Amino acid sequence: MKPLRRNLFDRLPELLIEGVIRLCGISAILLVFGIFFFVFREAYGLLPSGDFHLSHFLFDTHWNPASQSGPAYGTLALLAGTASVTILSMAIAIPFGLGSAIYLSEFCAPYRRETLKVVIEILAAIPSVVWGFIGLMVMNPLIIAVTGAPIGLNILNGGLLLALMSIPIIASLGEDALKAVPDSFREAGLALGASRWQLVYRVLLPAARPGLLAAVLLGLGRAVGETMAVLMATGHSVRVPSSVLDSVRTLTATIAAELGEASVGSHHYQLLFLVGIYLLAITSIFNLAADYLVRGRRRSSR
Amino acid sequence: MVDHILEVADLTLRYGGQTALNGISFAVPRFEIFSIIGPAQSGKSSLLRILNRTIDFNPEARVTGSVLLDGEQVLTTPHVHDLRRKVGMVAPLPVGLPLSIYDNVAFAPRLAGVHNKSDLDGLVESCLRQAALWDEVKDRLSQLGTRLSGGQQQRLTIARALSHSPDLLCLDEFSIAIDPVTTMRIEEVLRELKTKITIILVTNLIQQARRLSDRTLFLWNGSIIEQGTTEAMFSEHPANSLTYDYIRGAFG
Repeated sequence: MKPLRRNLFDRLPELLIEGVIRLCGISAILLVFGIFFFVFREAYGLLPSGDFHLSHFLFDTHWNPASQSGPAYGTLALLAGTASVTILSMAIAIPFGLGSAIYLSEFCAPYRRETLKVVIEILAAIPSVVWGFIGLMVMNPLIIAVTGAPIGLNILNGGLLLALMSIPIIASLGEDALKAVPDSFREAGLALGASRWQLVYRVLLPAARPGLLAAVLLGLGRAVGETMAVLMATGHSVRVPSSVLDSVRTLTATIAAELGEASVGSHHYQLLFLVGIYLLAITSIFNLAADYLVRGRRRSSR
Repeated sequence: MVDHILEVADLTLRYGGQTALNGISFAVPRFEIFSIIGPAQSGKSSLLRILNRTIDFNPEARVTGSVLLDGEQVLTTPHVHDLRRKVGMVAPLPVGLPLSIYDNVAFAPRLAGVHNKSDLDGLVESCLRQAALWDEVKDRLSQLGTRLSGGQQQRLTIARALSHSPDLLCLDEFSIAIDPVTTMRIEEVLRELKTKITIILVTNLIQQARRLSDRTLFLWNGSIIEQGTTEAMFSEHPANSLTYDYIRGAFG
């Protein structure tokens, strides 16, 4: 008879694989905390110094950290820039992204789906500098010609670019989420006399909700964190916008544009890292809130 | 003259080059339980999928022949959604839609345009009562249907299949995922339902067909071996010796 407990040598490969997999899992947590830690370490020196006030940082609209006479470090205008571009892009990308996900998964003929998926993946792989270039050279004159605005590098331009960048992410992840709904649900819904569209919004959308929410969030994350395209396409002017044709500057574009000029360890340098922490905090709050929403829904239905 | 709710004539189904049903003909009298027995791959489930036209979703499937439900040609009717409301379908494994118990049952009535709260309440209650589930779930109708036990979910799908008041209720091996006690309860339910609707029962349990049905059809490799009253089929001398062997477990 074989002994029930195998000896250590037999189990070694299994232990090894188990260890490696565990390490991979833990590394994700370590990396997140590591990023928070190092960014915070760069910014930390600023906090105890007398001329920094958190309320000024969060709620003042004047951003002029390099000034010799009176440096101003309010980020509200930058936040407004990020928020305006992001909101516009999501207003476009969520309906179009989810719409194409539904089309791909439920209404599209198989051969056409394969072609479309490849095209969408190519769209997702276009580098953001190229998008920025399109914003600069194509959209800019187009927006001037269509709207009569004095300059085409503005919220509209950046929002459209970010929407185009987010749509492929939302579409392809959303399609995965819809495809993951078991076919038995589709058959049951159709057997009860539902039309295809009734099936989609009464059965499939509720069933795929967590996955669709994740798809939208990743699209949103891309829009909030995107730097290069908005740096090139939004006009780079620090102010709280009053219309979609105003130029703005985002938090990310500020870091990218100014970090090279700030000397290491200076207040300006530390300030830019603080802006980085601010961005991290915003995206973390978004993710946690969405996570909470998905879980809360599951719990309440128990 | 017998009143037939369903008349199938020369029905052939091919998947690509493979023949799943080979020119079968039969008729189902109104208000009876009609069972279809036969080994796996004999075309039983495909037959049911033709009856509510869910076969359409298989692009490989080619159907020829005639299927008349209450005189209307099923295979070519342009009113597919209306057809599906006339045919209640219960799948082998219970499929609770990811909705509350209430919404599961109210799903089809809402599609048909019933939105009045008290109408829906009454309908949901009567369907759940008919499926012998009401007493177990009446205090938690807003709970997710998928959280019920397997037997309860199967009764929920029966309640759902009754919710659009079908003329014909098809059950495809409804008891394979549930315990014998629940099976007996559902069989009881079916006997009561027989006074109001016609039931087609596809089953692998030969004794279930014997207990429940008025007529039985024996399908094998896409062809009808024998059909007739259950009494005759299960007697010592059915017309075909294959029937005798299958019923007594010699094969299949």
